[in-house]
Amino acid sequence: MLAYTSRRLLMLVPVLFGMTVITFSIIHLIPGNPAQTILGETATEEAISNLEETMGLNRNYFIQYTAYVGDLLQGDLGTSLRTKASITTEIGPRLAATIELTFFAMIFAVFIGINAGIISAWKQNSWFDFLAMVFALVGVSMPVFWLALMEQWLFAQELGWLPAYGRQESRDPIDPITHFYVIDSILHMDMKQLITSLKHLVLPSIALGTIPMAIIARMTRSSMLEVMKSDYVRTIKAKGSGQFLVIYKHALKNSIIPVLTVIGLQVGVLLGGAILTETIFSWPGIGRYVYEAINYRDYPVIQSGILVIAFLFVIINLIVDLLYAFIDPRIKY
Amino acid sequence: MPEPILSVQDLHTHFLTDNKEVPAVDGVSIELHKGEVVGIVGESGCGKSVTSLSIMQLVPNPPGKIVKGEIKFKGKNLTYATEKQMRKIRGNEISMIFQEPMTSLDPLFTIGNQLIEAIRIHQKVSKKDAKNYSIELLNLVGIPRASEVVDEFPHQLSGGMRQRVMIAMAMSCDPEVLIADEPTTALDVTIQAQILDLMRNLNKEKQTSILLITHDLGVVAEMCDRVVVMYSGKVVEEGSVREILKDPKHPYTKGLIRSLPNIRTTEQKLYSIPGTVMRPSLDQVGCRFAPRCEHSFDSCWEENPKLLKQESGRQVRCFLYDEEKSERGVTSNDKSYT
Ligand SMILES: Nc1ncnc2c1ncn2[C@@H]1O[C@H](COP(=O)(O)OP(=O)(O)O)[C@@H](O)[C@H]1O
Ligand SMILES: [Mg+2]
Repeated sequence: MLAYTSRRLLMLVPVLFGMTVITFSIIHLIPGNPAQTILGETATEEAISNLEETMGLNRNYFIQYTAYVGDLLQGDLGTSLRTKASITTEIGPRLAATIELTFFAMIFAVFIGINAGIISAWKQNSWFDFLAMVFALVGVSMPVFWLALMEQWLFAQELGWLPAYGRQESRDPIDPITHFYVIDSILHMDMKQLITSLKHLVLPSIALGTIPMAIIARMTRSSMLEVMKSDYVRTIKAKGSGQFLVIYKHALKNSIIPVLTVIGLQVGVLLGGAILTETIFSWPGIGRYVYEAINYRDYPVIQSGILVIAFLFVIINLIVDLLYAFIDPRIKY
Repeated sequence: MPEPILSVQDLHTHFLTDNKEVPAVDGVSIELHKGEVVGIVGESGCGKSVTSLSIMQLVPNPPGKIVKGEIKFKGKNLTYATEKQMRKIRGNEISMIFQEPMTSLDPLFTIGNQLIEAIRIHQKVSKKDAKNYSIELLNLVGIPRASEVVDEFPHQLSGGMRQRVMIAMAMSCDPEVLIADEPTTALDVTIQAQILDLMRNLNKEKQTSILLITHDLGVVAEMCDRVVVMYSGKVVEEGSVREILKDPKHPYTKGLIRSLPNIRTTEQKLYSIPGTVMRPSLDQVGCRFAPRCEHSFDSCWEENPKLLKQESGRQVRCFLYDEEKSERGVTSNDKSYT
């Protein structure tokens, strides 16, 4: 397992290299002069050469790239053109906000998705199975923004049970430590803040988690049904075991591998593609950060945002691969 | 004669495929006595596996269903048993070994885990005792390095070793009946002999009754006391192994015996029965073997032949041996076509 883990870690090196090459190239792949593009049509010669100077755009590509990677290795993502602030400091809290939301959305999706899938497979063709699968079909085809707006209308506006926007009460902001507000309020031992943070998480988590939940439920069901037909499940039944042992010990473990793949992919999608949800819920996450940067042609922020999201994607993939090996002894270490 | 330990009477198991009901097992009766080894032979697709799964009440449903018949085990009718009662019998009083050793063990759990599970479903023992017993069982079925194998995964073992594990598992609760569904079909010939030896010992030492399913008459000759020949969901012939091998009655059985490879004959080409097994269907009239039978005559196409009981418990389902029908065919005394 250790050897396998280190091999997988070693394989990350070329991947990370490729990622930096791509994010580095973004700025140079735009047709025309990058400084001109950033500053717009009306920029003066002087402004352009100033920007080229500060961003180092006038040096040769190799030197530029080396400097870029050198900075990255020191944890320096560069400076935002718009705010003139360090991107590393700016991106931290936003990353935390996105990861926190993704985490809770996936907890919701995985818990309900897997259980619904198991029960559907167990009681195949029952009314539960039928309802769950109709629900899952609706779930995958429902536009997220519509679901988000409906949630806000019903639970925030009409019923007033849950907040519709943001991560915290603006009148009573939390004093950030890790920028994961749930963790922070626990560190402060502040029960009220904890409840507030969790309440703010409910609606966006459901909006974001519904599609993954539906996909996971369907995947779990079909994977379970496949496994239930297998020879080894027949053997286990022939031993005299009850349904519970068959399903929760053998069938679940065997059918979880394709489900894990789906979970990993969905986490990646949520981390990178939550711009719409983050906008509707005013969630100060990384999706919105990059989206705003695009509007302002803030290329260093765009580059960093993409790099960070890609990096998370790679890490999730790594975790999924390690889980495979942990579950399935046939995977070569 | 004492009561058989297991008796199947007029079993009908149907499958619903493409909205058509297929009588995979169509009125099969089999008796198995204490300490006896009974073989079921027949080409693949004739309903051997479905018969054994029916006994275990493990027919996949849907698409399969036992529609009629009685399965009596030690006087209890298993067709009326609840799932809970069946669980007490499966793996405990009736064990089963399957044809596919490569896929019959769960790939994600160790051999020990799966053996311990089998033991602890039926016996109240600690995990530790169950593990020691597992190692003992693995030794008993001739697995070298048993104390290491117990912690290994199925993919680390060969097919023969896995089938030994399956036998160890089947033996773990001292069953009275062992159903072995083509236990050696997937294995090399040398391994095959070892696995058969194991089962023979089990039969001799523990008086375990064995229902041995195979399509190999060689295996039957070596292992069984009695043999039931099946064709297309029906029993076509039954008798002691000696009688049937020496003097087969049904044209299908004759064909099976003729197609056995024999090193003593100089015949270059192996004989094979012409044609292929017909898929059983509910609305079919006549003998199911008729299309492949060189002796078929009018009656064979018009009526379903009955199972005729002959002297000494031999049974054959063929009009050739029916006094009233056979005037146009060959009579039972006529051996000219053997
Ligand atoms: N799971 C199944 N679904 C549909 N039909 C089946 C299934 N299992 C068996 N059958 C039917 O039962 C017949 C007998 O199969 P089986 O008992 O497996 O034959 P064999 O004698 O080779 O063991 C097959 O020809 C097939 O038509
Ligand atoms: Mg079979």
